[in-house]
Formats: sequence, C-alpha cells, structure tokens
Amino acid sequence: MKEQFLAFVKKEWFHIWRDKKTLFILFGLPIVQILIFGFALTNEIKNSRIAIVDQSKDETSQRLIDRIASSRYFDIEEFLKSGDEADAAFKRGKIKLVIIIPESFGSSLKHTNHGAIQVLADASDPNTASTLTSYMQAIVGDFQSDLNEGKKLPYTIVPEVRMLYNPQLKGAYNFVPGIMAMVLMLICTLMTSIAIVKEKETGTMEVLLVSPLKPILVIFAKSTPYLFLSLVNIASILLLSVFVLGLPIAGSLVLLITLSLLFSIASLSLGMLISTITDSQQTAMLISLMGLFLPTLMLSGFMFPIENMPLPLKIMSNVVPAKWYYFIVKSVMIKGVGLKIIWKEAFVLTFMTLAFLGLSIKNYKVRLAIK
Amino acid sequence: MQPTEENIQYAITAINLTKAFGEFIAVDHISFNIKQGEIFGFLGANGAGKTTAMRMLCGLSKPTSGEATVAGFDVSTQPESIKKNIGYMSQKFSLYEDLTVMENIRFYAGIYGLSDKDIKEKVRIYYNTYTSIMKKNKLVGSLPLGWKQKLSFSIALIHEPKIVFLDEPTGGVDPLTRREFWEMIYAASQRGTTLFVTTHYMDEAEYCHRVSIMVDGSIAALGTPAELKKQFAAESMSDVFLQLARQATRQAD
Repeated sequence: MKEQFLAFVKKEWFHIWRDKKTLFILFGLPIVQILIFGFALTNEIKNSRIAIVDQSKDETSQRLIDRIASSRYFDIEEFLKSGDEADAAFKRGKIKLVIIIPESFGSSLKHTNHGAIQVLADASDPNTASTLTSYMQAIVGDFQSDLNEGKKLPYTIVPEVRMLYNPQLKGAYNFVPGIMAMVLMLICTLMTSIAIVKEKETGTMEVLLVSPLKPILVIFAKSTPYLFLSLVNIASILLLSVFVLGLPIAGSLVLLITLSLLFSIASLSLGMLISTITDSQQTAMLISLMGLFLPTLMLSGFMFPIENMPLPLKIMSNVVPAKWYYFIVKSVMIKGVGLKIIWKEAFVLTFMTLAFLGLSIKNYKVRLAIK
Repeated sequence: MQPTEENIQYAITAINLTKAFGEFIAVDHISFNIKQGEIFGFLGANGAGKTTAMRMLCGLSKPTSGEATVAGFDVSTQPESIKKNIGYMSQKFSLYEDLTVMENIRFYAGIYGLSDKDIKEKVRIYYNTYTSIMKKNKLVGSLPLGWKQKLSFSIALIHEPKIVFLDEPTGGVDPLTRREFWEMIYAASQRGTTLFVTTHYMDEAEYCHRVSIMVDGSIAALGTPAELKKQFAAESMSDVFLQLARQATRQAD
C-alpha cells in the first residue's frame, strides 16, 4: 500500500516537473502578483492634478492655495479664470478636481466668519472622486483650525482618528490574504482537476482502474504533490509579504499555516469533485475558472466588501470557501487573533472539506458502477 | 462435475453473463469457458457488446445477472482479487508519454507491488529482448506507435498475470509490427498466460486458438477458426464475420 502510494506520487511529480511552463506559472504567479499589487497598484492617490479658480485674490485665499499646493496629494496643474472653464478642463482629462474660491471668500470670512469654496470632482471614477474630496476636506479643515488658533471657540469637537492594525492604511493588508486565497485555489483546484481528468482523456485511468490500486488511493496520490506545491507557495507569499512589503505577521504562524493547509485541502477536494463530474480537460478548466475563480475574486470580500452586497449575494458568498479563508488570514495575520475568535470560520472550512471529499468519493464510486 | 473443479481448470468461465443498462441489454446471456494458456479471440462489430463484456470480466462493472469467474474468482463478489491476477492493455495508448520508458516500467511495476529487485530483474529480461527498441531513458512520447504498443504489452505482463486482456492492441500499427506483436502474444501463451484479445483484423482472428463472434449482445459463433470456416462454409474468417455481422439489427456506435 505504502509502496504503491509512493510510486504514484513519484510518477505524479515527474508529470509536474517535466511541464516547465506550468511549473513556472505555479511558482512565478504568486511572486509576480505580490510584487504587482505591492508596488504598482495602490489605493492611495498621490499627486493628483487639480485646477484652481481664485476669484478672491487676497491674502487668505493665497494661504489656502499654498496649503493645498504643499500637500503631497495634489499638484496644481493650472489656474482658471472662471468656473465656466472647469468643464473644458475636466474634459481634457488631466484634472481630477477644480477648486473655485469665489470673489466674496476673503471679505466674507473676515466680516461674517463664514466663507464658502466650491469643490468640483470628476466623478466618472467615483472611488477616486470621493477619496480626493475627502482629502480636500481634510486640508480645508486643517486650514480652518489654523485660522482659529488663539481664538476661543464656543464648542470644538475634534475626532482623533487612529487606524488600528493598519496605521499607514497600506493596501498590502488587504491583498496579501486575497492573493493567498486565489493562488491556493488555482493550484489545488484547477491543477488537480486537470491532472485527474487528463488521465481519463488519455486512457491511462482505465488501466489504473483495472489495477489493484484503490480508486481512493489514486485520487489521494494524485493530489499529494499539489498539496506540497501549495505549501511552497504559502511560504513564498508569506516571506515576500514580510520581507519585501514589510507586512508583519501579528498572529501565530503555526495557526496561519495550519489553516492555510486546511484551505488547500478544501480546494483539493473541490478539484477532485470537479474531476469526477467532467471528462475533458477543457470542461474541468472552465468549471474551475468560472465556477470557482470568479466567485473567489468577487465574493470573498477581497475585491468588494461583503457588507455592501445585496442580500442574495451576501447569502451566496457563504458557500465560497475563500470567503472564510480570507477572513481567517486577515484576522490571524493582521489582527493577531487566535483560534478562540476564528473557530467558527475554521469549523465551516473543515465542514466544507469533509463534504467535498465525501461527495467526490461517492461520485467516483457511482461512476464506476454505472460504466 | 462440481462447479468448483471447473473453475480450477478454466482461466475464465462465463455462464449466462448479462448486463443491462435500463431497457437496453448490452450483453445478453453469454456463456463460454477459456482454458489456461489459450489465445481467445473476442470478435464483434462496434456496439456488439464486446467492451461491456470485457469490463465485467475485468471487475470494472457488475453483471446484472449470470455468473463469471476469472482466475477462479467471482466477478461480482471478488473484483479486487481479479484485479491482482489480470493484466490489461487498451486500444487507447495507455502509457505516460512524458515519462521515460524506465519510469513507466517502474510506475506500473510499483502499483502492482513489485519489489525493486523484481523490477530490476524484469527490466533486465525485457531490456535484453528488445534492446533495439527500448531506449530506457527516452521519453515514451518520442517512440513510434508500434514500439509503444509493444512496450505497453510488456508492461501489462510485468506482474506475471494469469490472464491478459488486450482490447484492440494492434489498432493503427503497421503489418510488420503487428506480426512481431503476435509473436509476443504466442510467447506469452506458451508460458501459460491466457490471452483474451479483441480485434477488428480478421487475419489476426486466424491466429487465435479459438474465436467467438458477438452479434447484438449474444455470442453468435464460437469455435476454432477452422471449425467456424467449415460451419459457415466460408473461405476465411473475414467471410464468417461478414455473414454474421450482416444479421445485426443494432446500430453501431
């Protein structure tokens, strides 16, 4: 039994090792993704180009403009003569915000203690627009409290905001768990289902079925090398995120790796399940990509927050294994919580794994009996 | 005679073996006995039920009714014991193309539980027999089809099974290689291995010790090639086959 298993794993390893292109993708993909997300893509917006219409042209408006110009978020691209030019400026495409300081701004502020400025944003990209306007509000707010310095205000409430767990608001805290879920899903589900279905396609599966090998042994032996590969990838992603992106692992490393292995096994059993219901590599690939990869991307909370989803999608997200894993990784890696807090998620993952395994074994037997 | 004594004498016995898929009766009450060391030709047009019958004998599917024993084991109740005692080579090429000749041998020997020492011994024998063809470290994918099929057959024999099932082993192979292939089959038969062969080449049917021809799920003729030619007053096995196959009502798949 043990010798059979080893002979099989060895053969499986040859398949993977000989296919250099796939091997390169398997190991290269996580590294490239981490680096791209880490350095090229970021949610922070720096040096946005803006235009200013200064109709007030006095000392106060000049101080406000200086304040805006000195912020690292904004570069003043041009000064416009009037608000009518704003539309044309947006349409040229470079400008993200236009600030209009009306003629009355300075004098009104001096005499009535009340000034108004207008902020126009290009909301064709709504996320950027709302981020930029909130940056701008913060700058104006700072400016206002500077003006009030030394004067006694009737009431002041200053919310002191602290960003816990991710004080610098780094995007890495969000995408490293997401990439881990995606990569493990890709290796374990996609590669395993393809590898098993390939044997069906080429006809070697028939020979294996006629041999004294137990079907269950065939499935386990086929998935073992992929479990190993996913371990290597977990390690490389964690190393990169700690040493290249500077993201510390707050919680227990052992717990993180154990639960990552659990997720890998869940994905492997999903891959087995797919392989029992398909007979061609293309179908297996399509099911893995459309049925698993997209939901992992969309419904795990990695790309879009689950809290904002309509109810049907919220309910659907519960059957996506990656959702639970994503939550676990975020909690353990970033908040540093222990099993006490995430036992529920871990339990759901375990239950899913067992269900997928049971189904695929049952399916495998049924198919044998019918044929 | 007691049935158990029969089982010992014959490598394969089938009594009214039947397989139905719903309404459709793929194999309809077939009976035959195959002696040890016999080369048994299992002929029939496409869709006649050959593959289904063979799958039952290999322990891959359970008969709906009837009985069969292979190497003395019952196909319904002891498929695992059967699997240890049979070899199988399919019409589809069934080795791993991205593995070398040696790695393929090691793998199949490994899953039949052969020890390293046994494997080495086997390889020595095969390697000497086919020195010219078995470039041990060549990827199987780079070998010509005929060589692949011969290698496939050698590997089906590697665990010294009592019975080998060959499902259209010579499909697409050139006449010379087919001739060499049949020499290998004869050699195995002389060592006492029973060979159960399906084929569409009627000249190959002439090489078999005995032949059965399936039509629409039943065995329409069974006997030595000489007997069958006499019975159907035919010049060749090809004529016998055509006479029977034309009676078929079932559509070929």
